[in-house]
Amino acid sequence: MSEKRALRQREGLIFERSSPGRVGYQLPPLEVPPVDLATTIPAALLRGEIPDLPEVSEVDVVRHFTRLSKWNYSVDEGLYPLGSCTMKYNPRINEEVVRLAGLAQLHPLQPEDQVQGALALMWELEQALIAVTGMARVTLQPAAGAHGELAGMLMIRKALADRGEHRRIVLIPDSAHGTNPASAVFAGFEVVEVASTPEGTLDLGAIARHLEGGDVASLMVTVPNTLGVFEPEIVKAAEMLHERGAFLYMDGANLNAFVGVAQPGKMGVDALHINLHKTFSTPHGGGGPGAGPVAVSENLVPYLPVPMVENIGGRFTLSYDRPKSIGKVRGFYGNFGMLVRALAYIRSLGRDGLRLMAEGAVLNANYIRKELEGDYHLQYTGPSLHEVVFDDSLQAASGVKNVDIAKRLLDYGFHPPTMSFPLIVHGALMIEPTESDGIDELNAFIAAMKAIAREARENPDLVRGAPYGTPVRRLDEVRAARQPVLRWQARKA
Amino acid sequence: MHRYLAGEDDRRRMLAAVGCSLVEDLFISVPAEVRCGELALPPARSEEEVRREFWALAGRNIAPECTASFLGAGVYRHVTPAVADALLQRGEFFTAYTPYQPEVSQGTLQAIFEFQTFVCQLTGMEVANASLYDGATAVVEAVLMAHRLLPDRPKVAVAGSLHPDYRAVLDTYCAPQSLTVITVPADAKGRLDATAFAKAVGNDVCAAVVQSPNFFGVVEDLPALGSIAKGAKAMAIQAVAEATSLGILAPGGAFGYDVVCGEAQAFGIPAAFGGPHLGFFATRQAHLRQLPGRLVGETVDTEGTRGYVLTLSTREQHIRRAKATSNICTNHGLMALAATIVLSLLGKKGVRDVALASHSTAEYLKAGIRGQGTGSRVKLAFPDAPTYNEFLVLHDDPDGLLARLKDELVLGGVSTTRFGAGLPRGFLVAATEHNTRQECDRLLDALRRLA
Repeated sequence: MSEKRALRQREGLIFERSSPGRVGYQLPPLEVPPVDLATTIPAALLRGEIPDLPEVSEVDVVRHFTRLSKWNYSVDEGLYPLGSCTMKYNPRINEEVVRLAGLAQLHPLQPEDQVQGALALMWELEQALIAVTGMARVTLQPAAGAHGELAGMLMIRKALADRGEHRRIVLIPDSAHGTNPASAVFAGFEVVEVASTPEGTLDLGAIARHLEGGDVASLMVTVPNTLGVFEPEIVKAAEMLHERGAFLYMDGANLNAFVGVAQPGKMGVDALHINLHKTFSTPHGGGGPGAGPVAVSENLVPYLPVPMVENIGGRFTLSYDRPKSIGKVRGFYGNFGMLVRALAYIRSLGRDGLRLMAEGAVLNANYIRKELEGDYHLQYTGPSLHEVVFDDSLQAASGVKNVDIAKRLLDYGFHPPTMSFPLIVHGALMIEPTESDGIDELNAFIAAMKAIAREARENPDLVRGAPYGTPVRRLDEVRAARQPVLRWQARKA
Repeated sequence: MHRYLAGEDDRRRMLAAVGCSLVEDLFISVPAEVRCGELALPPARSEEEVRREFWALAGRNIAPECTASFLGAGVYRHVTPAVADALLQRGEFFTAYTPYQPEVSQGTLQAIFEFQTFVCQLTGMEVANASLYDGATAVVEAVLMAHRLLPDRPKVAVAGSLHPDYRAVLDTYCAPQSLTVITVPADAKGRLDATAFAKAVGNDVCAAVVQSPNFFGVVEDLPALGSIAKGAKAMAIQAVAEATSLGILAPGGAFGYDVVCGEAQAFGIPAAFGGPHLGFFATRQAHLRQLPGRLVGETVDTEGTRGYVLTLSTREQHIRRAKATSNICTNHGLMALAATIVLSLLGKKGVRDVALASHSTAEYLKAGIRGQGTGSRVKLAFPDAPTYNEFLVLHDDPDGLLARLKDELVLGGVSTTRFGAGLPRGFLVAATEHNTRQECDRLLDALRRLA
């Protein structure tokens, strides 16, 4: 295994390929008179040719980026069981329709009568997300999950201010995603972390104690939580919050687990964001763009960001007439390209397919859990939905940590699980297979995980030294942080 | 079953393995009171049916490429090399996650490192991050960084000629931070009033924000405004809404600005009805620890081979949580890759040529409008101001005029009425290397007849 390397070219930086006089793109001849810059713009505000930009041919560029692409692992290549990230298949028809000239080339400031199809599409997506969540309305604007969290918390802040209340505290369980506390702070709140119960779920007693002070604005909770466990008392928690005039914010990162099975609208949720790049298949793009629409209950509708798409008897319009709105949260109206893909996905699956999707995700996670239970330790044993969180405690005796297991998994041809959270599981291996794969791919993954468990017992150094078959070996992250090199620079002559 | 899912036999075998007879048994932890019935959505559709539905939706829009289009105001149509989209459609790029596992993400990581380098070169700054959502949120992140660096200064001074969307988003984000945003108006030439600016930027101001070229297309006096900010020890921030302008215009980095940030959609990213676009953020090395968003750094592996990793993550939400420098997680990585490919193709010569061609085309239009004489109902708002590729034309009924132009398949510009009160009545006209002389002549002719 350690000797196996695919055919890979060495490839430097694009700047290192540069050779004087090469061009990668040619503009059409300029038909208007070329301007003498000295006559139009003051000399002090101009610059000359930018030194050190590359000079490469079109062929150079194709080779360069094709070679780089081969160094990536991707969903197209195989199971990508990164917990909480929902790395499902990204259908190609979505990529085709988003590139239609009547969608891709639309300028956001064309008059509304020229973009009725685009507005109709946004309205249709909002209706679909209302159907899925059971909420009152949805803003499509936030660009990502964390952006949605911020928009949601700003709405809660505004709703409280409208009542003349300036509550300071947001409660967040210790199992939460890191974006939750960061978003709450950017919305002007202070975060109080709430310890989970021994089962890893919400501690209602602790929440009740915090609510007594009257200073709690909201509870932010992920459903199902980051252990893949449904919060059994979510409805009770919502009632407690509402009795005290506080709001329930749901992190919808794990919505894939229950689409067509349950609805946040029935849980007492006041606002939740929906990661279209998770549940609704828009590609992750190596780090975005995503889209994080926020669905709200009736009481938060007045505070939704502007603009909202309204349907006035079949004519669609962008409405800014929302006096209580939190305002704008980004330029224009949302990551429209992602909205197109998400609607195409919802249409492709339909009501029946969306439920099968959630069922498949949950079945796959439970199958992996069952098959690996003897080989890896499971700290929290509540019923799993779409993901299962093992840890490395069985391997710890031989000095093998979760990160070693992850790196060894690369040699077996799989992307590793999530390890950075939940913080309540030490040495976590958070596995979310999604519904995209069948039993054979899951079995290959299970076999790899079992083989690594065996290696950890019999030859721990082998695991600790992994990976061996990747384009680079383990990288020195300490050096990267201590002596930051964050850009290429030409060697001084 | 469905084409995106496994089959009946997969399901039967896995259910047997987990000891359930029905899939329903796996949802036993979901209480009855939160369950829903069948979703109120249409049934599953075939690929061909989906294609038809989206063709129909797209067909209800007017694609600018079927017209002579001069729309800008923050979104510009420049070069779209065939190579760029072909490379972007490689599944190895677009179906990968954020590169948390560097050994199997070197493609993404190296491309981001190249992007950071391009941004530094264009802006004249020392460090750049891996992207932000868009120009508006990039300006917000710059102001919030200034607030962290100068926490005792509760005010932000912002040019009135900042893109209205950027300004609106800034207001939304500043409200909970107790930051007061002061507006400094433009003068009669469409440029920021330097005297008013100097007065506004006192020692209680943490950030001074100037957009250049500004919302009216006018090139600001960056050196003078930067000196004013520095004189008050405030952070000087340049916002850029049209990144190709950096091909000929000296960036804030040349004048000691603390941040140059904005929107890089102009480098080959489709207008896409407003997103996804590409926020960029560049600053000085001294501010590195307060930088928002992801960073890629160079290092070596255990065998000494050069490689790239996400670095300085202790600034970020997944480590620092409530104390992070930003809440951003998913950013706009694929858009950064798109711009990196386009910038590579354009290279040293192309980056300048695109800017020169766009500027020359806009100057041709300006000359044409000037040539319509004093009797014309359209006139340049700031005839003596230096502009890059966009300019404001005054007209008392811009929406009516633009509608008449549209009937001749000319999208003549963006009406200022789209941005509420407070702006001069008229429309912004933007030109790029994409606009042919014949398109320009069609616009000028239509204005002569229809204004």
